[in-house]
Amino acid sequence: MLRYITSRLGQSLILLVIVSFIGFAVLTLAPGGPLSQFALSPGMTQEQIAKIAAQMGLDRPLPVQYFDWLRHLVVGDWGTSYRDGQPVLAVIGSHLFATLLLMGTATVISVSLGSAIGIASALRRGTAFDYTMAVLAMVALSIPTFWFGLIAIYAFSLQLGWLPAGNMYTVGDGSVLDYLRHLILPAVVLALVDVAVWSRYMRTSTLTVINQDFVRTARAKGLTRRRILFRHIVGNSLVPMVTLAGLQLPTVLGGALVTETVFTWPGMGRLFLDSLGYSDYPVVMGLLMASAILVLLGNLAADLIVALIDPRILLD
Amino acid sequence: MTEKKNATFMNRRQAISLLGAAGVMAPAMIGRDKAFAANADPSGQLTLAFSQEPTVFNPLMPHIEVDEGVYYAVFDPLFDFDPDGNFFPILVAEVPTVANGGISADGLQWKVKLKPGVTWHDGTPFTAEDVKFSLELTMDPDFRSFRSTGYKFMQNITAVSDTELTWEMSEPFAPMAAILASTYIIPKHAFDGVADKNTAPFNNAPIGTGPFKFKQRMAGDHIEFEANTDYHMDGPYLKTLIIKYVPDLNVMYTQFKSGDIDVIGLQYISPDHLGEAEKLPGKVVKLAGAATFESIGLNMTKPQFQDPAVRKALYMALDKASIIDALYYGVPKPTETYMPQQSFYYNPDLPKHEFSIEKANALLDEAGWKKGADGIREKDGVKLAFTNSTTAGNHLREQAQQFFQQTFEQIGVKVTIKNFPPAVMWGDYWMNSEFDSVVVGLNCLAGADPDTSDYFMSTMSPIRGGSGQNTFAYQNPKVDELLVKGAASFVPEERKPIYQEIQQIIRDDLPFLPVFQYALIKGWKSDVSGVEPNVNNRIDTWNVRDWKRS
Repeated sequence: MLRYITSRLGQSLILLVIVSFIGFAVLTLAPGGPLSQFALSPGMTQEQIAKIAAQMGLDRPLPVQYFDWLRHLVVGDWGTSYRDGQPVLAVIGSHLFATLLLMGTATVISVSLGSAIGIASALRRGTAFDYTMAVLAMVALSIPTFWFGLIAIYAFSLQLGWLPAGNMYTVGDGSVLDYLRHLILPAVVLALVDVAVWSRYMRTSTLTVINQDFVRTARAKGLTRRRILFRHIVGNSLVPMVTLAGLQLPTVLGGALVTETVFTWPGMGRLFLDSLGYSDYPVVMGLLMASAILVLLGNLAADLIVALIDPRILLD
Repeated sequence: MTEKKNATFMNRRQAISLLGAAGVMAPAMIGRDKAFAANADPSGQLTLAFSQEPTVFNPLMPHIEVDEGVYYAVFDPLFDFDPDGNFFPILVAEVPTVANGGISADGLQWKVKLKPGVTWHDGTPFTAEDVKFSLELTMDPDFRSFRSTGYKFMQNITAVSDTELTWEMSEPFAPMAAILASTYIIPKHAFDGVADKNTAPFNNAPIGTGPFKFKQRMAGDHIEFEANTDYHMDGPYLKTLIIKYVPDLNVMYTQFKSGDIDVIGLQYISPDHLGEAEKLPGKVVKLAGAATFESIGLNMTKPQFQDPAVRKALYMALDKASIIDALYYGVPKPTETYMPQQSFYYNPDLPKHEFSIEKANALLDEAGWKKGADGIREKDGVKLAFTNSTTAGNHLREQAQQFFQQTFEQIGVKVTIKNFPPAVMWGDYWMNSEFDSVVVGLNCLAGADPDTSDYFMSTMSPIRGGSGQNTFAYQNPKVDELLVKGAASFVPEERKPIYQEIQQIIRDDLPFLPVFQYALIKGWKSDVSGVEPNVNNRIDTWNVRDWKRS
């Protein structure tokens, strides 16, 4: 087991270097750069821009810039944001709470509700309930989040006045209740699509398990419906879901750009887009590396957990 | 109407003669001193929204407009422009002029008297040393400075006493006052013992002399400010000021409608919402002129644009009225020049644009541009086909491009649209004049000063080896000569005919096809008072000290 983990981590390290190289190349070779936004400022001369570029080290050859960045990264220095002069890790950290709050809530809603609907649909395959849920899932998957968010704001904020039109909290209030009121709309809007996804996967997975021999055996033994469901079906149908959850981990921390924009939520998705728009190379590279690490760790964790809960799977 | 014009004329004249030799003038006393009126207890909270996020808090470092929204709250310049283009004192006891001896008659010696008794937010007294430090930091070669224009002439800055400062200019440079009006003063003591001023802790925890103290920032969301109760002018009248970042304009308008935003700031209300916005209960919605003008800029190094007849024909084939009415809901005003129509130096006698496909065709026929088999005109091996570029995703501009693409086709000119994201568009592609033509909104002025050397002087074109912003690569020896003459004169009445002539020549040469002068749709809640548009400043918070809630 330990050998398996070490070898996986070793592979991951090589992958990370490749990812960082490609990311850096794509980012810096694209035309434009962090100083182009000042081009339209009154009184900003080409000479001044060239001077600032030299001070920031942007005039050095790209390989030199890359290895310099990599060298610092290895000793834990992720660099400093061009946008606000803060260390990259602090910039990412300052958006972490907002992201975890929104994505965490949305994930809890979508996983629990999605699994419940999926299992129920599988058990009542072919009934009106199953078809209704299938149609609803298709609808939920087809609605653009942007539109749905604006409709939700229109209905619940502008017309009914029940919930705030956006933001994470009221400045000057910030009580738990205030956070909750602000959280409801974006979390539900965001969860909607994922509920649909989870319910479809869960339904399929449950159906596969239901037709297995051990379920038939359990039924033949005369076990109660309830016991068959919880002891034999649910546990087994969740196994593939663990892999799915592992793949979702980086998404949870990566934020949700559209929802964050509609609800002015200061999360990771906005940070990524704003940093990209500004060509804030250190922050973009930081986010890229962080999400690459999460993808690798999420996958590794999923594989390990599956191996732990499913005796049929052996690592090494 | 005439009366109003005269009033503006007098104000302008007064404003600029503050620098002038003419004796008839009084120091502008628009900024009221704290001594004259007791500050009311600041109360209430106000949320101002911007569609970009302010992130640079050292005002002397490279920044964008929204950052200045923060500077006016936290810092003070020495003096500033009011909406009529007059200077009013802020940190100075009086605005330096030739008449009051603040500027020598030849424009080379400057003497500035500061207000006594001003303190920084941390309680440290503000002195001439702080001003000296700020000006010198701007010129420091190791510092990532926002600007060098004007400062390269400044030398021998001396703090004579705590409240008096002198310096010399190597050349008389009239726009210097306007540049100082957008130079915010920062505290010297915040940089004591700091090795690299580019990364000083101050840059993320600014201390100023302004009406509000920087309280805290939530990255990606908002910045909170609290009233500076020791402020040296009247105000502030708000206990808390919130500058909120709302990245999407539709969302920003929705939050204005729902009441989450009290004042809608930069990028404002988009023209398509104007009709509805004007009917919103409990809101004030106003149109305000901006100093930015929209134009189709031509790259004057390209063979297609060498013949003046081509540029004239293109201008004639530009359906300005349709673009303004159909796309921009008639909000901006058509213009013939880069100079804002509110300016003292604006030339109202420029020839008016006429849209005529017929005349444009006749003009090109006459100039010998013949249509080829593909319907595109050509002459001496040069085809009248070129690309037009602007910021991708700016929908109104992209639609405007399609408008003129069609009308230009009717005169045998082929336009290919080639747009880029902002970082690409306004990078080397723009600075090094790699484009054929662009659609661009430019503000060529520093405050209310009419100097535009950076944009129209032939030596200011990077592609011709210069270092300025003349990316159209325009060159006209007569304009060069007039620009030099204008910048060396301190008398507004002498400068006016010079800058009017420059506008006339540029209108004839057409290095850019002027489309309109921007107008912005601003809005605030009815219980907010003091918000006042100011065409001479880049951002709304120029007078945030006066903002109130009732």
